Amino acid sequence: MTMAVTKLRVEEKLYQNRYLVDPGRPHIKVRPHERPSANLLALTHICPAKCYELNDKGQVETTPDGCMECGTCRVLCEASGEIVWNYPRGGFGVLFKFG
Amino acid sequence: MIEEEFDAIVVGAGMSGNAAAYTMASQGLAVLQLERGEYPGSKNVQGAIMYADMLEQIIPDFRNDAPLERHLVEQRFWVMDDTSHTGMQYRSDDFNEARPNRYTIIRAQFDKWFSRKVREAGATVLCETTVTELVRNAKGKVIGVRTDRAGGPIYANVVVLAEGVNGLLGTRAGLRKMPKPESVALAVKEMHFLPDEVIEQRFGLQGDEGCVIEAAGTISRSMAGLAFLYTNKESISLGIGCLVSDFAQTRESPYVLLDAFKHHPSIRPLIAGSEVKEYSAHLIPEGGYKAIPQLFGDGWVAVGDAAQLNNAIHREGSNLAMTSGRIAGEAIIEIKGRNQPMIRRNLALYKTMLDKSFVVKDLMKYKDMPDLIHTNSRNFFMTYPQLMSQAAQNFMRVDGTPKIEKEKATTAAFIKARSRWGLISDVVRLALAWR
Repeated sequence: MTMAVTKLRVEEKLYQNRYLVDPGRPHIKVRPHERPSANLLALTHICPAKCYELNDKGQVETTPDGCMECGTCRVLCEASGEIVWNYPRGGFGVLFKFG
Repeated sequence: MIEEEFDAIVVGAGMSGNAAAYTMASQGLAVLQLERGEYPGSKNVQGAIMYADMLEQIIPDFRNDAPLERHLVEQRFWVMDDTSHTGMQYRSDDFNEARPNRYTIIRAQFDKWFSRKVREAGATVLCETTVTELVRNAKGKVIGVRTDRAGGPIYANVVVLAEGVNGLLGTRAGLRKMPKPESVALAVKEMHFLPDEVIEQRFGLQGDEGCVIEAAGTISRSMAGLAFLYTNKESISLGIGCLVSDFAQTRESPYVLLDAFKHHPSIRPLIAGSEVKEYSAHLIPEGGYKAIPQLFGDGWVAVGDAAQLNNAIHREGSNLAMTSGRIAGEAIIEIKGRNQPMIRRNLALYKTMLDKSFVVKDLMKYKDMPDLIHTNSRNFFMTYPQLMSQAAQNFMRVDGTPKIEKEKATTAAFIKARSRWGLISDVVRLALAWR
């Protein structure tokens, strides 16, 4: 299975969901780094909303617009300081219709 | 914004928070409940099965108006390999009782209803409000919270942390540690919509009868994991979850696992033609008894998923959440009734009461299971399911091979895969952990 197909699929899935994005206030940030750790690199595969991707310099970047606020990345990478995690402001972020 | 000092602030409007807020408000305590979602339930995700008894103890007549999907009459447990499933199935008409025991629910709808009950009981519920920090006095006692709304802190005698598995407040305040990657599972789920008569036909159901399938095996690709299919009235909840530590190691994508499960020949026909309307993800506490953090302190208690109260072996979470919330509420009511301060020594009553309940007793019973499953996931979720499928197929396929040779081949396959000692040791360890 190619990455392109996988990416397309998860975007299609996320398209079903309702989000209220807080413009300019991402609730997750990746700290600048030279080389990502194993856990940070793993997020590019295991984040269920595919919020993490590698840039062409081999560093991990995040766009948390489609984030479902599960906390997987926080459990793996907050303690090491590689990411900064907060909940979106009240009312913003994912809005589950069914949950 | 709010000048009043409350008896209790409840952070979160999930199962445990609603149970705690309802219990306290209905006994006349001044309760403020804060929820970061647009409405209660908008941030909550569950499979979901709801156990009647635990809710009945809080709201006895809930069946009159709670949004319930189907009451369960049938449970299937499947061990799967890539092309087959070996199943155990239990169905009983006894479950068609006047007060059914288990229901499927849709959390966003259920939580809205539960929250309405909380407000009717007299609590103040404030949504779209993220609690950002616990406020403590000079002695370190929690005396209130700060939120992302304008205005100063809000004060209360006690704060109930019902903030869920990924609760930031308790961990940031150093009250408990962050869950470990090997003690939480990441689950993803889709909601598949189908006409109710199609669901009833495919699962052999009538009216509000429901069926659930829980499945383990090669679908989790050697990770410790479980997949599920729950029938709702006009939809099917379908999902799969595995330990975060295993995901990090294998770098499998959860949505790829979910898609493979959906396309499995045993599942595909059950959801054929459905329309997917939501995709969600959530962490589930899987660490059991040994992962339970400190549950109380000066001015605070932790309940539900925030306290890691989840019985992974029996897939019971919301009932432990509701029960811990209710018990925390009852303990707080009792301490207030004695005119005692909400300090650590007094709030220990919550833990004493919880230890006597099924919540801690059940988790204690299986205290060694999480370690066993975590350290043997390849055997339990890959090797044995494949062997079971081979054995079943070998047994059922009629091809002129004498039965004695078939039995020998099956035994040889098990011994080759795990060795005699490995098989005996797995059985013994499983029995000890289950005891």
